[in-house]
Amino acid sequence: MVTADLFNSLYVFILAAFIGFEVIRRVSPLLHTPLMSLTNALDAIAVVGAIILAGEHKSTLATVLGTIAIVAATSNAVGGFIITDRMLKMFKSSRTQKP
Amino acid sequence: MIPGTEYVIEITYIVAAVLFILALKWLSSPVTARRGVWAGEVGMVLAIAGTLLYRGIVDYKWIAIALVLGAIIGVPLGNVGMTAVPQRTALSHAFGALCVTLVGTAEFYLRAPNVPPFLMSVLSLEVILGGLTVTGSLMAAGKLQEILPQRPITYKGQNFVNLAMLAIAVAIAVRLVLHPEAMVLYPFMVGIALVFGVMMIVPIGGADMPTVISLLNSYAGLSAAAMGFVLNSKLLIVAGALDGASGFILSVNMSKAMNRSFTNVLFGAFGQVQTSGAAAVEARPVHSATPEEAAAILSAANKVVIVPGYGMAVAQAQHKVRELYDLLTKKGVDVKFGIHPVAGRMPGHMNVLLAEADIPYDKLLDMEEVNGDFPQTDVALVIGANDVTNPAARSDAGSPIYGMPILDVDKARTVMVIKRSMNPGFAGIDNPLYYLDNTLMLFGDAKAFVGSIVRELSGGGGHG
Repeated sequence: MVTADLFNSLYVFILAAFIGFEVIRRVSPLLHTPLMSLTNALDAIAVVGAIILAGEHKSTLATVLGTIAIVAATSNAVGGFIITDRMLKMFKSSRTQKP
Repeated sequence: MIPGTEYVIEITYIVAAVLFILALKWLSSPVTARRGVWAGEVGMVLAIAGTLLYRGIVDYKWIAIALVLGAIIGVPLGNVGMTAVPQRTALSHAFGALCVTLVGTAEFYLRAPNVPPFLMSVLSLEVILGGLTVTGSLMAAGKLQEILPQRPITYKGQNFVNLAMLAIAVAIAVRLVLHPEAMVLYPFMVGIALVFGVMMIVPIGGADMPTVISLLNSYAGLSAAAMGFVLNSKLLIVAGALDGASGFILSVNMSKAMNRSFTNVLFGAFGQVQTSGAAAVEARPVHSATPEEAAAILSAANKVVIVPGYGMAVAQAQHKVRELYDLLTKKGVDVKFGIHPVAGRMPGHMNVLLAEADIPYDKLLDMEEVNGDFPQTDVALVIGANDVTNPAARSDAGSPIYGMPILDVDKARTVMVIKRSMNPGFAGIDNPLYYLDNTLMLFGDAKAFVGSIVRELSGGGGHG
């Protein structure tokens, strides 16, 4: 059972890593800073693990650590999406420039 | 609880994973990039909403408080100035890794002493990578914010001490995998990872920050993927793998751009003070020019390539540079920007700073695109960049930066370099570019000097 989960997870990881390499290789160096802030925001999906931990109340330690973890991850998601969008808004082509 | 909720949750996760991949795909072009942010946001909200339906959750109070508090902290972090983006990014690596490390720790104490060996191995990987990323990123953020000294601190046997610490952490991990009941060892493993993070960044100077930030990005992603293994969450594995891949690609890019092997970067041998014969350089004659002369040469040119470096950002000269760009473009001069991969304090940072100053992105060329243009360029104007234009990297096998890919500004008809003084750059390497016959040195503060050129150009237009 546990071993089956492990191999499933490994498949997912390997396939996702390949997709990641192929997709991210195509991102122009122009946008490498927004790329990093966006992947950072997406990484904040770890919040789902923290939510379950904080909500399940299995132990005080788990609830406390889970709650702090939610704060850390949520601030990353919110801040990461805001700054990525702010940066991308600034990138204008000379053809489409000036409304 | 409504039956079938677990399927609903799984479906939100699958949709979120697809949206995350699309988000990165749309980021490949500035035209579709903002759609990518939107996709990421929708995916994140969906996944969080799905998780809140989970039947095991008995109390929503702390979740709600933490989500609100996180959002309150996140808003100012999303609104920092563009020059501060590198330290903000480092800080967010620390937050992401903190979340992962805390969740891993909680999982350990919930399951111990009955942790299956495989689970304990990925959990150890999760908290070791997470722990060193937390403190390493905080150190990097501190150096970038200039709270901590930017000067690299090195001592004898540094690599040995660092590797030994890492080895001890791994040894504890192995011990815990074999005997998870030895719970008392767990805090030591995390503690050593935290200390290691600090020691890892201590020997690194400001110039190596682009590589380090990328590397920490990769670690943060991998630790999140490891957390996905522990929680058996495919969504987390996907997000972590994407982040890890992105950080890895950027680290490889950065180390190539600095001509360092990847292992060299990994083992913290970077940031070492170069003790080449920089001090022994005799005073060679240079040609210098005034803002009036520079303005005259620029307005007579057909094709100008501006090469900005971090010095431009430090001097906050990008808005003056934009005025110069406007004036020259109006006079019919073809102006482009040549950007080295390591210009700025993180990958792509210079592009963001120039985009903020309203310079159209199709004028921002990366090194490979622009290098072929220099022989046909009338003027290459170097602002606050040094080592990335040093022709010694091409020709002088004895130079510490030999082999590093550079912008071939010396092939332009005229090179103008705005520089405060003749002091060598951070690497302490003399730049033969400054002594070439076709090089004019423009001594002064980047912002003030570009401002004077702008005044000359617009004033001249008014009189004529």
